[in-house]
Amino acid sequence: MSAKAGNGFGILVTFCAMLLFWLLLSGIFDALHVGAGIICSAIVALISHDLLVAEKGEKVLSKSFKFFIYLWWELWQIILANFDVAYRVLHPKMPIDPVIIEFETTLRSDFALVTLANSITLTPGTITINIDPEKGKFQVHAIAQAPADALMVDKTMQSKVADVFMEQ
Amino acid sequence: MVELIVIILLAAGIFFMLTGAIGLLRFPDFYTRLHATGKCDTLGEVLIIAGLLIYHIFVYSPGADISVQLVPVKLLFLIVFIFLANPTGTHALMKAAYNTGLKPWKKGDARM
Repeated sequence: MSAKAGNGFGILVTFCAMLLFWLLLSGIFDALHVGAGIICSAIVALISHDLLVAEKGEKVLSKSFKFFIYLWWELWQIILANFDVAYRVLHPKMPIDPVIIEFETTLRSDFALVTLANSITLTPGTITINIDPEKGKFQVHAIAQAPADALMVDKTMQSKVADVFMEQ
Repeated sequence: MVELIVIILLAAGIFFMLTGAIGLLRFPDFYTRLHATGKCDTLGEVLIIAGLLIYHIFVYSPGADISVQLVPVKLLFLIVFIFLANPTGTHALMKAAYNTGLKPWKKGDARM
């Protein structure tokens, strides 16, 4: 939040997003409902614009584009994860051997850390336990050795997230 | 044709929810149970909502009022929020259990 101009831009973006959200959810377009929507969006935008629009807005477009591509890969990983869990649940011998692993990443920004943490939780056999934001350190519970190796050795997901947020 | 796709989506969703429930009962401790519920519930719910969404678009939407046309948008929002909230909630439970000192189950231990 350096200049006042950047502040106003953040408020405007938040206001437009909130108003769009209101209109989509209400679906009634008479003066009373739209007016109430404008007032509520304005209040929300004034109070909490810094939550939606972060302080530094560099390369937002290319980051969003890369994030969109990443989402499709992530969706595929989620489907794989579900078949993996279904296999482990329904197999008569339950092939599970839980381990807890730790690794460090190059990620620092909140949004990148949350993305990686949620991605780890949604992908096969791993759930995030703890994050240390200062060192980019992750503590992960893996249900067997194979998914743990995918995070420790291959590091596919870390490099993909780092690429999306340009934080190598 | 639409009905067939919707039925497949709903059946897949129910299958994954059921798997999550079986895993909750079969797995040996808190952490591994979270693996079953955290993942299967997310995809199960999303598949069921996707089925409802397609059904609504093809059956209710044509020629309907604007507020009825907007229902699929709301269902889309629901999918987005489930994808955001479900892993976050799973992580919060996991972290709370770990910080209170609950020991993870190792292979060969008795069930907890």
